[in-house]
Amino acid sequence: MSATSGLAAKLRRIRALVRKESWQIVRDPSSVAIGVIMPVMLILLFGFALSLDVTNVPVAVVLENPTPAATDLAAGFRLSPYFDAHYTTSMEAARTMMLDRTVDGIVRIRPDFARHLALGDAQVQIIVHGGDANRARLIEAYAQGAIAQWAARRGSAGEPVTTGPVVVQSRIWFNEANDSHYFLVPGLIVMVMTLIGAFLTTMVMAREWERGTLEALFVTPVRVDEILWSKTLPYFALGMIGLALCFLAAKFLFYVPFRGSLWVLTGASMLYLLVALGIGLFISSAVKSQLVASQLAFVATFLPALMLSGFIFDLRSTPLAVQAIADVFPARYFVSLLQTVFLAGNIWPVVLPEAGILLGMMLVLLALNRFVTRKKLA
Amino acid sequence: MSALIDSLGRILALVQKELLAVLKDRKSRYSVLVPPILQILIFGYAATYDLNYVPYAVLDQDRSAASRDLLARFDGTGIFQRVTNLDNASEIAKTIDDQKALLVIQIGQDFSRELALGQPAAIQLIADGRNSNTAAIASGYVATIVDAFNADWLADHGQTGPPIATTMRAWFNPELETRWHMIPSIIGTIVMIMTMNFAAMSVARERENGTFDQLLVTPIRPAEIMIGKAVPAMLIGLLQATMILLVAQLWFRIPFQGSVLTLYAGLTLFLIAAVGIGLFVSSIAGTMQQAMIYGFVVIMPFALLSGLTTPIDNMPLAFQYLTLINPLRYAITIAQRVYLEGAGIGVLIPDLWPMAIIAAVTLSAATWMFRHKVA
Repeated sequence: MSATSGLAAKLRRIRALVRKESWQIVRDPSSVAIGVIMPVMLILLFGFALSLDVTNVPVAVVLENPTPAATDLAAGFRLSPYFDAHYTTSMEAARTMMLDRTVDGIVRIRPDFARHLALGDAQVQIIVHGGDANRARLIEAYAQGAIAQWAARRGSAGEPVTTGPVVVQSRIWFNEANDSHYFLVPGLIVMVMTLIGAFLTTMVMAREWERGTLEALFVTPVRVDEILWSKTLPYFALGMIGLALCFLAAKFLFYVPFRGSLWVLTGASMLYLLVALGIGLFISSAVKSQLVASQLAFVATFLPALMLSGFIFDLRSTPLAVQAIADVFPARYFVSLLQTVFLAGNIWPVVLPEAGILLGMMLVLLALNRFVTRKKLA
Repeated sequence: MSALIDSLGRILALVQKELLAVLKDRKSRYSVLVPPILQILIFGYAATYDLNYVPYAVLDQDRSAASRDLLARFDGTGIFQRVTNLDNASEIAKTIDDQKALLVIQIGQDFSRELALGQPAAIQLIADGRNSNTAAIASGYVATIVDAFNADWLADHGQTGPPIATTMRAWFNPELETRWHMIPSIIGTIVMIMTMNFAAMSVARERENGTFDQLLVTPIRPAEIMIGKAVPAMLIGLLQATMILLVAQLWFRIPFQGSVLTLYAGLTLFLIAAVGIGLFVSSIAGTMQQAMIYGFVVIMPFALLSGLTTPIDNMPLAFQYLTLINPLRYAITIAQRVYLEGAGIGVLIPDLWPMAIIAAVTLSAATWMFRHKVA
């Protein structure tokens, strides 16, 4: 009897605190900013603005001697969807364009091109601006492709052109179109969940410590775990709304394929959201100052989710020490889960270990938070 | 004249108080000094599109001298690590699905026969496209290795190669190392995040504690408050930038072609613009939480639309115009050009004046808001 009435009282206390916290969220315009404006803005940015795919690269095509063969090759660059070709006849002009960054690459067809082509040892020089190495490498590959295509076209037109003896037939699974949105848009969910879960909550406990209202709560019958629950639940709800927004945008706005099941996605996202909330509350309780908490929020939540999660930069290439640091943050497990569930499907050997790690992190954070939010004076 | 000296005295007092407030508290001192160094170290290694580890699996159905020779070239790169040899095609799906390998190379049973007959001998490459950028880079490496194999094979068999050879050169970054352009870009990004947030919190904290109203009734004028808040944030930003630059030079050893003076001139102007935006955000916010979140709502698109993670040229035109009000865009261009091209102050003017305009607009707007908003 007393156990049930004790539970009823506990639930009543949690409900009162949740209601207070929810009012505080709804009344503060900044919560609206991060709960609604931010996800919508991120959807627009990731969906429309960010792309790693190269199209319409401005290149200078240097035609030092416009023989028919050379002009024909140069036209190949004008026809390619990857390039926006600017013709010039001197290397000097091309050089100036490159230094002004009017063009990102130079294709140089030398004056003796036609003669060497007849001899079978023609050379085309491709110069790229190395300022952005990733882009430069893609430009090199596409330029080579455009030249090979031209060579093949000439071959079929009757002039003999031999290609290499071994040809590679490559297929990219899960993303046949090789569209970078396919992995950038699922990455959105990680950003939104991190921002609502961890970023917003870093201030929540610190504010109460700073203003002394937490100490005031300590003298009431409210228990520590009840305070933590009340700080978690409203933000959890906000995070799930963010998830729904992102998922709908991915599926119906950007047509990212979704090959897994919605249950796995929801379950994994709930786990990640709880971990993120745990981190936010932990930072907040541990530092007890809003200024320090706000600086730490960037370092410990936003930047790792952007840079150390494998969402934009692949972690495979980083040194072991950096991988070890990335392992500490939950974002990389969630990114791996999302990329798999969206593009590959319910691949259990990938899903289960990652979800298990998130579950473990959640339990550790729960214990840590109980420990740092004891009823004692700061 | 004496009015000016009085004014300077008041500003100086405010600057001194602000710096003391940050540097005296141990926690806040660490939060200003340690994170920038940690970030440049970690992100310097993490922010790379270079691939130096490609786990791959092989399905060699030919098992001939030629196929072994081709595969040996992959193993010899040091980048390709053969994780497993498959026995039949049905194993390919599981290897890719479970992420055991990024690539599977399948050599069909007719490979050496076709090669000997001079017919095109095809090999199949299957790549995990969950990160399509990684897949594209790895496929590029495969193409390079196969090209080299082809050239050697033709030479060994007394044939000439394809009639057109391409020679590649990359200016300013011959080895095409991502780090060379990433680290200069990260300098601006880290400094912007830290200083903008710092500036955004500075006025909001006074608002939340009620001390801002007290400041307004003292002889200090709003413009003086603005300068008194902007200068410490800038000084801290310059300190952070210097620490990060030292790590870039002494640890990562990024080649530095230009002049340090030019870089600092650009960074200073950038910091004024970043602090201006931070203070403007601060002048709107009523509490520290609002200041942090509003600041972030601004910082996030600035970081994403700066050319740091994806090139500005890849963006639709409307977004490219939007980047024109982003000070980080200019800071990244300046840092890259000074670092890699050795650009002087003269050619950087198109990137300098927009930041000056951003700074002038935001700082005066913040000053106006100080006077007109009483929370």
